[in-house]
Order: sequence, then C-alpha cells, then structure tokens
Amino acid sequence: MKLITTYLIGVVFGVGISISGMANPAKVLNFFDLAGHWDPSLILVMGGALATTFIGYKLVFGRSAPVFEPNFNLPGSRVIDAKLVGGSAIFGIGWGISGFCPGGALPALGTGRWEVFAFTIALVAGIFLARLLPNVGARQEEKDARIQSSS
Amino acid sequence: MIETAFTPWASLAGGVLIGIASTLLMLFIGRIMGATGILAGLFQPSSASDFAWRATLLAGMVTGPAVVWLFSGKMPAVETPMSTVALVVGGLIVGVGVFLGSGCTSGHGVCGMARLSPRSIVATLTFMTFTFATVFVIRHMIGA
Repeated sequence: MKLITTYLIGVVFGVGISISGMANPAKVLNFFDLAGHWDPSLILVMGGALATTFIGYKLVFGRSAPVFEPNFNLPGSRVIDAKLVGGSAIFGIGWGISGFCPGGALPALGTGRWEVFAFTIALVAGIFLARLLPNVGARQEEKDARIQSSS
Repeated sequence: MIETAFTPWASLAGGVLIGIASTLLMLFIGRIMGATGILAGLFQPSSASDFAWRATLLAGMVTGPAVVWLFSGKMPAVETPMSTVALVVGGLIVGVGVFLGSGCTSGHGVCGMARLSPRSIVATLTFMTFTFATVFVIRHMIGA
C-alpha cells in the first residue's frame, strides 16, 4: 500500500511539473530574463505550490505521526553556513545555464527527450563529485537530528 | 532564445498539484518532497524500504508526462535554447550546488519555505538571485 501511494504521489508531482512549465527550460529561463521576453508563469507555479503546501502542512502537522511511518522525518539543522549559501549560489548559476532544476528534470525524463537524460546524468555526476569534496561526504540527513514535529 | 507564452492557469494548476503532492508525501510517509534529497538518497539508501519509496516516487514522477499526454494528446514541451555543452556543464554545476546546499527548488523553495525554515528561506533567496544574475550575464552581457 505504501509503495502504491508513493508511486501515485510521484504521478501527481510529475503531472504538476509537466503542466506548470517547470519541465521546459525555455520557459524557466524566460522567467529569469527580466530584461528580455519575460514570462511570469513561474510566479504562479511557486505561489500555487507554496500556498498549497503551507496550508497542507498545517493540516498534516496536526497529526502526531504520518500514516505509514512512526515519525515525521524533518531536517533538524538550523545552521545558516557558507555551505548552504555557497551551494545555493552554485545551484543558481547552474540553473541559469541549463534551465533545469532537479524537480523539473526528473519528471521530464518521461518525455523521452535526450536533452533531459544528458542533463540528469550530469546532475547525478555533480552530486557524486560534491560527495568527494572533503567534509561534505556524509549524508546531511544523517547529521540532522531526526525530530518529531511538535507543532 | 525561444519565446514562451504566459500560461497563468496551467502554471497555477501545476503549482497546486506540486503542493498537493508535497502535502501527501508528508501525510503518508513524513518526508520532504525534495527532488535533490530523493535522488541523492536513491544512491545511498539507508535500507531496502528507504530505496523503495524513493524509487517508486521517482517512477511516478517519470509517468507524469505520459499522463498529461493521455488527457491532452500532447507531450509537455521541453525546449532547450542552449548548447549541449551548456546543458551538461549546467547539470554538473546544479548537482554540486544542490548537494552542498542540501536542496533545490522543490525541497527548499516549496517544502522548506512552507515550513518557514530559515535555512530554506536563505537558500531560496540565494539561488533565485544567482539564477537571475546568471541569465542576465549570459543573455545580455555575453549575448548568447
């Protein structure tokens, strides 16, 4: 039951990404091109996703635990450090070059377009590359305290 | 550059579906719907069941375009107005960045922001700023 549920959640996410335009680098880059043919569509994607998740999480965190697991598994780190800011800046540069973010590219693999596969293979290579850097190899999740939401 | 049309309703509906999926993943298995975390964890799962939820979620995501095709008769557009080199170099840079920054648009930008996480707010403002700047440099200073 759990795996059928996660599959169907993936389908909902994949359909959402597909119709939103996030799977299309041309559209994504036109949003970021304020000085060109600006396409504001992504404001509605981000706004719609954020507002829905904000309300949804409020309802979900009213529960003491998820349906299929004993605990909520939330990132516990509160530290704003150079790794967070630097990593996010690097991501922004890569997103500006390629027009794909990971959440846009993964569903787009389903279109069968070779460009998406080229990006995704490079993305995975980049993740492995970053793991080789000193002091960042350990999984963030393992370092984060596994906290149970009390809100 | 490829011109794209403003698609307010499709984009809003897509965003709401992304939000529904994020909410459901938290409701059912208590996890953040972050593409980076889901993908990175797939290569280093903590257990067989940890691998299984990530793999099925990813399989579902990849099914998304086919479902759209079933209902609309059209595959979602994927237009890449950049060279293959830029696509691959960009992919490498994104991979390094999202791993170091512990998240991307879905994990920090949607789920983390929805939890009002200070880390996610800082991360999202940072990558959005750098993406705007990068696109400006590429399109208006280098003129590619």
